Amino acid sequence: MTEDSKFHHGDPAATVAPIVEMKNIEKHFGNIIALAGVSFEVRPGECHCLLGDNGAGKSTFIKTMSGVHRPTKGEILFEGRHMNFASPRDAMEAGIATVFQDLAMIPLMSVTRNFFMGREPTKGSGPFKRMDVERMNAVTMEEMRRMGIALRAPDQAVGTLSGGERQTVAIARAVYFGAKVLILDEPTSALGVRQTSNVLATIDKVRKQGVGVVFISHNVRHALAVGDRFTVLNRGKTLGTARRGEITPEELQDLMAGGQELAQLEGSLGGTV
Amino acid sequence: MSDSMPQPAADERLKTESFGARLMKRPELGAIAGVILVTIFFLVTADPAMFTLSGVINFMTPAAQLGILAIGAAMLMIGGEFDLSIGSMVAFAGLFFGAATVTFGLPLIVAIPATFLFAALVGSLNGFIVIRSGLPSFIVTLAFLFILRGLSLVGLKLATGGSTQLRGVRDAVEGDPLASFFSGDAFGGVFAWLAERGLVETFRNGAPKVPGIPVEIIWFVIIAALATWVLLRTPVGNWIFAAGGDANAATNSGVPVRKVKVGLFMVTASCAALVAIITVMDAGSTDARRGFMKEFEAIIAAVIGGCLLTGGYGSAIGAFFGAIIFGMVVIGLTYTDFDQDWFQVFLGGMLLLAVLFNNAIRKRVTGER
Repeated sequence: MTEDSKFHHGDPAATVAPIVEMKNIEKHFGNIIALAGVSFEVRPGECHCLLGDNGAGKSTFIKTMSGVHRPTKGEILFEGRHMNFASPRDAMEAGIATVFQDLAMIPLMSVTRNFFMGREPTKGSGPFKRMDVERMNAVTMEEMRRMGIALRAPDQAVGTLSGGERQTVAIARAVYFGAKVLILDEPTSALGVRQTSNVLATIDKVRKQGVGVVFISHNVRHALAVGDRFTVLNRGKTLGTARRGEITPEELQDLMAGGQELAQLEGSLGGTV
Repeated sequence: MSDSMPQPAADERLKTESFGARLMKRPELGAIAGVILVTIFFLVTADPAMFTLSGVINFMTPAAQLGILAIGAAMLMIGGEFDLSIGSMVAFAGLFFGAATVTFGLPLIVAIPATFLFAALVGSLNGFIVIRSGLPSFIVTLAFLFILRGLSLVGLKLATGGSTQLRGVRDAVEGDPLASFFSGDAFGGVFAWLAERGLVETFRNGAPKVPGIPVEIIWFVIIAALATWVLLRTPVGNWIFAAGGDANAATNSGVPVRKVKVGLFMVTASCAALVAIITVMDAGSTDARRGFMKEFEAIIAAVIGGCLLTGGYGSAIGAFFGAIIFGMVVIGLTYTDFDQDWFQVFLGGMLLLAVLFNNAIRKRVTGER
């Protein structure tokens, strides 16, 4: 893939204050230390990739960030203020939206109904209070068009969309409802080549709107295609953060896998991993 | 933002949808097709009297009584749950209503709201047990099917001193101003006026053969319209579809799934209470067999109306037509030379057809292959 030059890479100046700062986060589950001091930050308009192999602690970390788990130690700063999210709802209201792998989409329902699920705009009052269906349809069509998806009709069922399109609906929904930080949990893991590049293009659009994107992946190539910064997790610890251009795909790959073993494997596989 | 990427062209792999294909996606299509088929069947085989005004009223009355239950059942099924206790609930609410009016001599303005409140409470108990325990509603409400039926029998015996029938409701509610909303016929004046001008069939003495529209039909139409409006045009309707489609995804999107489900159990129980009040006042008595097997008929009507057993899909209009198919077949067979007991065979066959049809529809809608 020649994705390197495909997307514009904004250079979020280091002077821009981060929206979310996570400092030395630790999370213990009983006697298991899932996170042993992870620091991470995301600025407006950047795509910060969080990389790590399975079991590195990526999921635990983003669940802490999105309010599902409370950290055992460490602090979370949101726009410079201390935050203590009690529930995902709290985090969502503050502006941290998470698109998990199950997407929170209902295949039998139309795109519009999914888009506004739980946050339906209404008109009229008293017993005549009803959903503003025209507005809902118009907004859905427009937001999807902006993300590059031509819907047949707003009442098209989500089940008829491809995996990449569903991912895009979920992202568009989060952005429309005012997300300042968008956490994407392995958005490309189950997608084909074409759909993956559509989702990466969507991430790029979202970033240009000034939203901070946290892109979780274990695919180095997908991360390098859109990422501005890269943080690698391994065994519950941060191995460091690199800016775009400071690190090669091979170095990232090695960091993720803990170096040594992969180098040996790669030898036997002829450099294909 | 939209300037950086070329706008997507219409996908060349999408065929334009024909009118027929779009029609296929309406959940109520099956039921409407069923009504047409059944009508044709009876036009051919039945006595023409079936499709006169009095004939239509004849089959619409049982259709309406079942339909009120079926619409409640359909909404609950869309919300992802079953209520097998609604038939027994009809008997139980009938007992409560009968006891309130006859034994305690309460006026309807107290007895009717009390019956609804009582039914809604039992419904919410169903709902709470289902939500709290996480057990399938099928099992929980199956238990209540027996519990409520048994309580109705025991309660009736207590109230009457050993009989399973409580009489005297008609005398107790005689002259009550609310009685005309829940029993008898509506628009009597209109029909009398039409009869005077010879626009409707009359008896020899000049009285119209159809004295008015039975109130249950009016309720049936109102409830169908209301349920459709709620499902298609209100946020609550969206929550019902979401709760039934995927409770987890709905919760994550901020839908109050538990409240929605408990509320739906209360609605179905209230529908049962309405049917109980109407039929008890019509008959003037209540007995423990009232509403027997109605839970299954209501669910069948909802399924014929396009509700999926897995929830998240269906319509109130569909249940409306599903109930009409029922009424037409139950009553229509008496206008033909067929043995009436064919009804049960028909019922089972219709259910099987509807489920097969719905399954195919769901695959089309979700693009499942």
